[in-house]
Amino acid sequence: MMSLEEQVRGRKLKLHDMCLRDGMHSMRHQITLEQMVDIASGLDDAGVPLIQVTHGDGLGGSSLNYGRGLHTDREYISAVTKVVKNATISVLHVPGIGTLDELRMAADCGAGCVHVAAHCTEADVTEQHIGLGRELGLDTVGFLMMAHMTTPEHLIEQALLMEGYGATTIYCVDSAGYMLPDDVTVRIGGLRAALQDATEIGFHAHHNLGMGVANSLAAVAAGADRIDGSAAGLGAGAGNTPLELMAAVSERMGIETGVDLFKIMDVAEDRVLPIMPQPPRADRDSITLGFAGVYSTFLYQAKEAEQKYGLSARDLLIELARKKMIGGQEDMIEDTALSMAKERGLI
Amino acid sequence: MDKIKCAIIGPGNIGTDLLYKLLRSEVLEPVWMVGIEPGSEGLAHAKELGLKTTAEGVDGLVPHVIEDGVQIAFDATSAYVHEENSRKLNELGVLMIDLTPAAIGPLCVPPINLKDLAGRNTMNVNMVTCAGQATIPMVAAVSSVQKVDYAEIIATVASKSIGMGTRKNIDEFTRTTSAAVAKVGGAAKGKAIVIVNPAEPPLMMRDTVFCETADEPDKEAITAAVNKMIAAVQQYVPGYQLKNGPTFDGRKVSIFLEVEGLGDFLPKYAGNLDIMTASAARTAEMFAQEILDGQLKLEPVKENA
Repeated sequence: MMSLEEQVRGRKLKLHDMCLRDGMHSMRHQITLEQMVDIASGLDDAGVPLIQVTHGDGLGGSSLNYGRGLHTDREYISAVTKVVKNATISVLHVPGIGTLDELRMAADCGAGCVHVAAHCTEADVTEQHIGLGRELGLDTVGFLMMAHMTTPEHLIEQALLMEGYGATTIYCVDSAGYMLPDDVTVRIGGLRAALQDATEIGFHAHHNLGMGVANSLAAVAAGADRIDGSAAGLGAGAGNTPLELMAAVSERMGIETGVDLFKIMDVAEDRVLPIMPQPPRADRDSITLGFAGVYSTFLYQAKEAEQKYGLSARDLLIELARKKMIGGQEDMIEDTALSMAKERGLI
Repeated sequence: MDKIKCAIIGPGNIGTDLLYKLLRSEVLEPVWMVGIEPGSEGLAHAKELGLKTTAEGVDGLVPHVIEDGVQIAFDATSAYVHEENSRKLNELGVLMIDLTPAAIGPLCVPPINLKDLAGRNTMNVNMVTCAGQATIPMVAAVSSVQKVDYAEIIATVASKSIGMGTRKNIDEFTRTTSAAVAKVGGAAKGKAIVIVNPAEPPLMMRDTVFCETADEPDKEAITAAVNKMIAAVQQYVPGYQLKNGPTFDGRKVSIFLEVEGLGDFLPKYAGNLDIMTASAARTAEMFAQEILDGQLKLEPVKENA
């Protein structure tokens, strides 16, 4: 059997930074325009080819349910597209949250790539949005979230639907940071075998069980062309795959990313770390996300409910996993907390 | 007693569930089911229940409208074909109840504005969306107490309960609901979020309503208005329940609902279908009663020049 290094050496890999989108969750959507411009220009200068900029929950995500953004998506995207020289700015777009008009706006502001996201079993809600992405000339990606919640076979069926709608890249997204390397290998390998040769495959990790880099390497070995990560790991839960770590490991293993290792390390250290209230860490609640398979952004409102009602955030997250809540159902955190607090006589 | 004869266009989940409700009505009689696929289960099912059927779309119904005395039609197809369906039937004097998100006619959420639609000579009434039917009554309850600057609703439906029409047109679904949250609910601005959850066994429809009031919320009056509105909706959707709230956090009012269906055609988790078809049936019944009482005479709509 080939070693991992033999499988990946010489491969070309696109790294996609998420700290200005997934990191918006940890920053409660309050990143300033100045911070965003500063970090994006650093990433661009370090040779990161794709940088995602949107509210944490995608276009139109600014809401009472997910938290209001300090600025609008239009303001963020416009500010960043003005300063980057080489990188493509991407956006997250979740049908049911964002509308087609918002996707048109993002393209008008200079976004060049869109991740059209759906829960891993619901790809057929993305037809209109993938279609519009292609029509607008965007690098159009189908982004299958919470991919641990379905079988590899079913995930492949869903990926084929998105490819059929026109997506030219398909992602397996480990939104809960639940997967272990074998889970990644079977899914990415299955996608590679089933999708057209020209279709690229991507993997998006959360570091809740500390597996971000290991899982991303397994994805590359199984055929992934794109890996999402975040400078300094800034992302929901215990964060995303730290991009500077992935770049360093890639360099050691002979994976060609085109990213300047020292520069990306400096962006993480000098530009991203200083803006964080606290660096992402696999604390007991984040480990619970990964262990039980809960959407990573639930962390923040679960912690708030712990403060408000005196419930344990861990108990609450376990209950949300039991109820099979999926991405976007933040409203059910408060609802479940209220029900649990009533049952326990706390309110 | 005479009943007003009806046609249902779209023999899918919504059309079939609606059929069961119309069969129980004291003022409506379903006589035609219209589809586009000859082999469709829904058409076969309607036939077994004694309806005439056609697989040739609205064009297959048009020649029979007058002789069969069809006066009300329900469109449970999709936003894209609704306008054409409505035009063809309005020309024959058939009142259209629109269950798609096309929203070309006035929006109707029965406990809020059904009575206002009487006497307006409208020939097309839109039922918004299931998410709208489930949440707008709560927005209206809060805005009946004080000014609502912003209302946001999150509707979660079981994957098994939504059909291809809604999935393919999710953008219309989201936008029509957002617009109606403001317009019918009475909020200055509205937003809708729709989530499709595939859990097995399927989850009941859940709806969350957030309202931001212009001033400090009057907790007592809002709680009373919410409870009163829950009772009003329960009259036609018995499984409409307040699970938690209203809770108050600054100017934010949070209301957590669950909608259990009657289980007419689909299982009880599909409260989203139930509230849509029950609202449509209730709306049609009001118009039917007016026709029977001689207060409303439907007139053919001439093609606009």
